[in-house]
Amino acid sequence: MLPRIDTPDDAATFRHELPAALQRLLDRHAGPALPRRSFLKLAGAGGLGGLALGVFPAGALAQAGTALKPTQQPAAFVAIAADGTVTVTVNRLDFGQGVQTALPLVLAEELDADWSRVSSRHGSNDPAYADPLFGMHLTGGSNSIKNSFTQYRELGARARAMLLAAAAQRWRVDVATLRTEPGVVVGPAGQRAGYGELAEAAARLPVPASVALKDPKDFRLIGRPTTRLDARAKSTGTQDYGIDMKLPGQLTAVIARPPVFGAKLDKVDDAAARAVRGVRAVLRVPLDRGAEGVAVIADGYWPARQGRDALKLQWATDGVEKVDSARQLAQYRALAEQPGPRHFDADLAPLATAPQRIEAEFSFPYLAHAPMEPLNCTVRLGADRAELWLGSQMPGLDGLAAARALGLKPEQVQVHVQMAGGGFGRRAVPTSEYVVEACTIARAARAAGLDAPVRTLWSREDDLHGGYYRPMHLHRARIGFDAQGKVLAWDHAIVGQSILAGSPFEAMMVKNGIDATAVEGMRTPYPLPMRLTVHHPQVNVPVLWWRSVGSTHTAYVMETLIDEIARATQQDPVAYRLALIGDQHPRHKAALQLAVERSGYGKAALPAGRAWGVAVHESFDTVVAYVVEASLQAGKPVLHKVTAGVHCNRVVNPRTVEAQVQGAALMGLGMCLPGAAITLKDGVVEQHNFGDYTVARIGDMPEIAVHTVPSNDPPTGMGEPGLPPLAPAFANALARLTGKPLRQLPFALG
Amino acid sequence: MTTLQVNGRAQALDIDPGTPILWALRDTLGLTGTKFGCGAAQCGACTVHLNGQAIRSCVTPVSAAAGQPVTTIEAVTGGGDRVGNAVRDAWIRHDVAQCGYCQSGQIMSATAFLKSLPAGTQPSAADIDAAMAGNLCRCGTYARIRAAVADAARALA
Repeated sequence: MLPRIDTPDDAATFRHELPAALQRLLDRHAGPALPRRSFLKLAGAGGLGGLALGVFPAGALAQAGTALKPTQQPAAFVAIAADGTVTVTVNRLDFGQGVQTALPLVLAEELDADWSRVSSRHGSNDPAYADPLFGMHLTGGSNSIKNSFTQYRELGARARAMLLAAAAQRWRVDVATLRTEPGVVVGPAGQRAGYGELAEAAARLPVPASVALKDPKDFRLIGRPTTRLDARAKSTGTQDYGIDMKLPGQLTAVIARPPVFGAKLDKVDDAAARAVRGVRAVLRVPLDRGAEGVAVIADGYWPARQGRDALKLQWATDGVEKVDSARQLAQYRALAEQPGPRHFDADLAPLATAPQRIEAEFSFPYLAHAPMEPLNCTVRLGADRAELWLGSQMPGLDGLAAARALGLKPEQVQVHVQMAGGGFGRRAVPTSEYVVEACTIARAARAAGLDAPVRTLWSREDDLHGGYYRPMHLHRARIGFDAQGKVLAWDHAIVGQSILAGSPFEAMMVKNGIDATAVEGMRTPYPLPMRLTVHHPQVNVPVLWWRSVGSTHTAYVMETLIDEIARATQQDPVAYRLALIGDQHPRHKAALQLAVERSGYGKAALPAGRAWGVAVHESFDTVVAYVVEASLQAGKPVLHKVTAGVHCNRVVNPRTVEAQVQGAALMGLGMCLPGAAITLKDGVVEQHNFGDYTVARIGDMPEIAVHTVPSNDPPTGMGEPGLPPLAPAFANALARLTGKPLRQLPFALG
Repeated sequence: MTTLQVNGRAQALDIDPGTPILWALRDTLGLTGTKFGCGAAQCGACTVHLNGQAIRSCVTPVSAAAGQPVTTIEAVTGGGDRVGNAVRDAWIRHDVAQCGYCQSGQIMSATAFLKSLPAGTQPSAADIDAAMAGNLCRCGTYARIRAAVADAARALA
């Protein structure tokens, strides 16, 4: 969900610019070994059993005198029980993208583990689980595999080296004479010892600073289609999510929030709410953005919800801006004509004399993430510590925010990352707003005499009304080109709220007044003479990254406009793109050519009424090209078939790549459907639930075939890149049918 | 006091009889395999079987189910249900789940659908889409859901 941070050098640069809160977080990571106050140490091998059971890392945790960072020490990541089962701790949130399988697979490859005996679990805000390159805890920017592929290979290789060393000691042989088979060390005389037998001795040995990694041609797990480790749990109702927390005595809180963002309470009549059976407390609490609200705390969700429904509240909304979507669009339109900071610049003089011109305005609404699991956060307070359970994409930041809200030191807050039912960016909030609110409520409950863990739980209506949307955007383009389609000048403006302004990420990702997340994907791979002016108005609607971030709109604008130029100059859209891309972007070319070849584009005859549509886009270092078949049935756009060409370098798990492309494509299709918009009137969000906020259903699902370009380069991420090119490919097909470009999402036909 | 028959066991519930079955299952009985998604019968995540019919437990009060058999994902995929087993196995074989949160409801809808088919009939693609239309999946696992339902139907033939 975050823009790419792709090299260690970049990470070091950014680190230099990090604001104080992040800097403190990073400083906690520094040092040669796990910090003394590491939660792992406090918790004793992360709760997996400890030395008595022969768990691998128990002894290694205390290991000193090594130059290895916490992110490099196997102790925090791999536990081998006496029976040989291997548990891998994943330093990312799994919210569907399959990282709970992919990273264990990578580690198991180098460990030479028996895959049938591997399981995985989530980490925490412990320093060991920070992104090794970015330096903070982060699941975002499709960076899990990209940034942790080598890390997890090395962790597996280090653990294997320690097991080999333990076997060499046991058998009194040279370690060089040993080899492994999956889960077993084999000696020169045919001796065999399972990893479980060696784990306890191995844990007492030094962690090797450097290890040799496998030659990728010897990979037996990486690249093989592998079923998710959680497939059975998720097919039997036994997978627990954050919402399923069941702590002894746990209470549930729901929050009555103001109808307009940031408003305060005028009057509260809570008599009826208090009278609801099961309601334990009704508390006036400060909320995000200076707002106020009322928390109803009860034995379970239903009485809490009943209590909330019984509240009689009057809100003071005079002092806050009340957004109206129609008025806002007009304001954005006017702003697009104003001068402003330029991300790219070019000579615009040729516009006046260009033989052909396109003038276009695009608009994109606010979008809610609407993950299937409503937001929740469970907080248990102790005398001088707190524990939190939630599906968090940024448990480090969330832990720091919780500490501030609770008046604790950062190291007194432990965040247990839970499996999440989707997220798409909503669980990576720079303000940690829903975590702070949950902590505020837990603290207020304790002050009110309720000594119990509190799970704050959102309803779907809370979710759709709760803000932190993909920002609404307007693009305006004026393009001059010649009869061959050569672009002579391109004047472009983007208007939309900055996602990162005011957040801890502002210093590193807002430059010259331009938020990097608003412009990503605008010009690559086309070398266009473009002036790009950017405006970031301030609006009383909280915004956030949404799966594939800026590319949710930039890819649509660029890929439909490129197609329009091809149409205007009677050129094939694939040939036009390939000529424009030239030799500078071989991965774009390869992905597009693969999709074209496998789809039968230009060769196969389409059924009557169907048209081809094409788009290609890079996001987060992965390129996805789509060739689609679409038609209009009784005026309704229908997407029949999608062929994907994907360039994500080496594929770790082909089944996951296929699933992520299919899922992201469907989410991209969902942006086109009538009703896929969050709108405001008088400051109030007009949508309430899935009945009036459209997300794609099974009947919308096209046939999607996914093909990957073979590559041995280090893998890039797959969580987001499948989304951006879908909507423009669909729109391009429809424009070929109707002759009219579609410049608004969701589609407005007719 | 309302008595619910949950997965073959009588459960006496000392809760407001207006409480939706969903919250009785989750917060009172600790059966959290059934999920909360919308609270308004608009997403299908909370689907359970009442008298063998797929219903949305988030809007069905316990009073409407008193004394009648309620079956949840835990029982349907727990081994004792032939159709449930076939659906579960197909779900695993096709690696359907991504985040997995909606899948309990998907499986409950698919199981009720397959049980409703006359013996020996195989559902068409359109039948499957129609049967599953009320279950949202935000991850977009629909292609694999289609394949898994068809596969389970074949396995049961």
